Amino acid sequence: MPHRSELPTADAPGAAADAGEAALLAALRRGDNDAYATLLRQHGRSLFATARRMLGNEADARDALQEMFVSAFRAIGSFEGKSQLGTWLHRILVNAVLMRLRHRRHRPECSIDSLVPHFTDDGHHAEPPCPWSDTAIARLQSAESQAILWRAIDQLPAAYREVLVLRDIETLSTEATSTQLGITQNATKIRLHRARQALRTLLGDALEDLS
Amino acid sequence: MTCREFAEFLDAYLAGSLPTEQRNVFRRHLAVCAHCVSYLDSYQRTVEACVRLHTTDDVPADVPDDLVQAILAALPKTV
Repeated sequence: MPHRSELPTADAPGAAADAGEAALLAALRRGDNDAYATLLRQHGRSLFATARRMLGNEADARDALQEMFVSAFRAIGSFEGKSQLGTWLHRILVNAVLMRLRHRRHRPECSIDSLVPHFTDDGHHAEPPCPWSDTAIARLQSAESQAILWRAIDQLPAAYREVLVLRDIETLSTEATSTQLGITQNATKIRLHRARQALRTLLGDALEDLS
Repeated sequence: MTCREFAEFLDAYLAGSLPTEQRNVFRRHLAVCAHCVSYLDSYQRTVEACVRLHTTDDVPADVPDDLVQAILAALPKTV
């Protein structure tokens, strides 16, 4: 039989909130079914919004959220309470999202070297960049830009897609991104720069193709 | 400064993390290189478009009921 307990409300302030979270955590560890429903009510909306933002569509976000809660259920025994529950859940969600980003390929990935700028021996652009047309820029400001942008992001090699989504879309810090990806902060900066350069190429091509 | 160096340190330039002297070198290059002006403009537009995905995403009012039910049903039945 599932255990039942007095569960905290979502808006309890200060120390009461801490006590509420401790009570919720205890209930989760006991396997209290109501506690999981409470956890969903308290954190589900924010986590679902994060998943939608990072994945760009609702179907993938639904799957990621479900995977996250199953992972959290399995790992709750090892949660030491050193961070807030919400922070812990967010980290698990980002892992679930990254797994989906790694394996998602709506279109063939392009090689990064084909997307970053190349230079002549004396350091000039091998293919001088042209200004984006007014039509392309207007399209980038329009309602359809999100779909165009996501199609371009999905063509990035997975390692570059991940860092771009974490830094520029989820707006994590360089430090948080490097921790999440298990790479150095310097590697994060270099990878992000190449990701942005590659996305600029893909986006420019997409916007001009439509013009 | 060459276009290659400009492209290499572009992120640091935009982040404002370059020393003043190097920043001035960047500005002098921009004053004479139309290609790098174009590159900088489209690079910035790309980054801004990504950031808009964060700021303009419509937040759902709540997790859809059917998803709540699906999640609760998917939890292992060991409790």
